[in-house]
Amino acid sequence: MFDSAPAPAFRLPTALTVARIDEENYRTKTIVLNGALEATPGQFVMAWLPRFDEKPFSLVDNDPITLMVTAVGPFSRLVHALEPGDRLWLRGPFGQGFAVPHGQARLAVVGGGYGVAPLLWLARSLARTGRTVTTIIGARTANDLLYAERFAALARFRPPHATAYDLIAATEDGSRGVQGRVTDALLSLLEAGAIDGIYACGPDPMLSALRELGQRYAIPCQLSWEAYMRCAIGICGACEHEGKVLCLDGPVVRD
Amino acid sequence: MAIPFVLFNSRNHGRSIIITDTYPTMNTRTPFLTHTLPTPLVLASGIWGTTVSLLVRAARSGCGAVTAKSCGPAPRAGHVNPSCLDWGGGLINAIGLANPGAEAEVELLAQAKAELEPLGAPLIASIFAGPPDEFATVAATVARARPDFVEVNISCPNVHSDFGEPYAASPDAAAEVTGHVVDALAERNIPVIVKLAPNVPSIGRIAQAVTAAGADALCVINTMPGMLIDAESGQPILANRSGGLSGPALKPIALKCVYDVRKACPETPIIGTGGVTTGVDALEMLMAGASAVGVGSAIHFRGPDAPRLILDEMTAWLAARGMDDLNAVRNRAHHEPLYAAVPTGAPVPSAH
Repeated sequence: MFDSAPAPAFRLPTALTVARIDEENYRTKTIVLNGALEATPGQFVMAWLPRFDEKPFSLVDNDPITLMVTAVGPFSRLVHALEPGDRLWLRGPFGQGFAVPHGQARLAVVGGGYGVAPLLWLARSLARTGRTVTTIIGARTANDLLYAERFAALARFRPPHATAYDLIAATEDGSRGVQGRVTDALLSLLEAGAIDGIYACGPDPMLSALRELGQRYAIPCQLSWEAYMRCAIGICGACEHEGKVLCLDGPVVRD
Repeated sequence: MAIPFVLFNSRNHGRSIIITDTYPTMNTRTPFLTHTLPTPLVLASGIWGTTVSLLVRAARSGCGAVTAKSCGPAPRAGHVNPSCLDWGGGLINAIGLANPGAEAEVELLAQAKAELEPLGAPLIASIFAGPPDEFATVAATVARARPDFVEVNISCPNVHSDFGEPYAASPDAAAEVTGHVVDALAERNIPVIVKLAPNVPSIGRIAQAVTAAGADALCVINTMPGMLIDAESGQPILANRSGGLSGPALKPIALKCVYDVRKACPETPIIGTGGVTTGVDALEMLMAGASAVGVGSAIHFRGPDAPRLILDEMTAWLAARGMDDLNAVRNRAHHEPLYAAVPTGAPVPSAH
């Protein structure tokens, strides 16, 4: 039904059929679509339901196009009601994704809540480059911890060239992994001088805390900030964050 | 005989990116009403909203003046998404005048003005309203921020359901709104710019009506109504169903409107806005009769540094032709005839 080569970009909303839906937790599903897109981890797409609404989603993967959708409102509840064979319209990809410089060998990939969405793809592609990757994922409780099994699988079946791949799960109530926040887990690694770069996505307070840690230990950060994307093409200004237009200059911002 | 300037070949259409500051002697200073703009480029209203940091960024990246997003009497959420799309020939948007309301905007405008002043870039506040006298109220509110100019948006194509047919469609209605704003701002001495719509039978008549009503300058033009339909769903794509076209597709329409308004109002300053994406586009706008040149969708097509790129291309183009002042090209399109002779003309088609 679709070309096997990834599409360079969908300028206008383009209808794709749902191939598979995975239930992740009590309010989150992963939607796999029939299609592929040229993109990099950290970029996002706009998903449209005709005559209803259009919302931004990080790409969980580009081939096949995969989105993580947490039911937080009418739009995401409608997406949750989709079944294989149903259609969802996408345009994109948009924005700047993560870009890891050559010099960094030991990376922390840090995700909070549904901020893990773009990080599985990033961690997988980084592990292929022979770097040491430590993924830290966090949430309030074990029930809220997303993609833990997927990240764990990545750790078990790590690609042949990966030097090391570690997964640390942190929950605020200690119901899974270490008790505490992702920043607590990262702090000990930073103190040990074991990290050259921080790559993160999650709620604003978490990203602000990570940025402070990065500054304190002089470790460069690439942080993916969340904003209300309206035009998605850099002109309306709705997603402004500290002088940057996140849909164009971000969502991944380098510090 | 000097070779007429208009015969120069511009095959590459100025689309190559030239980043240069190698023409320091080029005069880009642009007289506009009470001010002299450091460059002829004006950030168009609606681009980058009313966020102070982004208005300042536009000035730093080459805009000689910046226009804030239109604000109205009350906060408006605007339309849901999709509200802005790239359809290939340009953009189409129906943001729906999302804005925090004039009261909330006063503080933002004042802050923007303070940060823009050291850069030499005037601030243009933009307003809209419902009934004509409400324009006066909104104008008086934003005037508290002491913007350098107030632009009156009587031509937004995306709020018909709330506000009815745009005032820009009728000379009398456009003049009435203009009069209210002019009166409201007279005491503070803030010049009034009226933004006109392209989709009228005679934009020259509207221009004459609003200047007669006291408008100091005109912004020509707003977006052109249009619609996209998604064939798969059979539905309009924009949540508002229709929206305003901008970007490259709008340029020939804008050039025609600016040309007509220049003819109709020879002395009125015009911000020529519509589809300017390259330096040559901007020069064409000046040639059509614009005093300054609006830049909007180019931010999408060229990136956030679009004003700088456009300015550099204008400068390089002029320098390559031995000119050191971009004001030299103004109104060129109105200079005719180029030859003393009369062409033979096309034959009348035969009726067989």
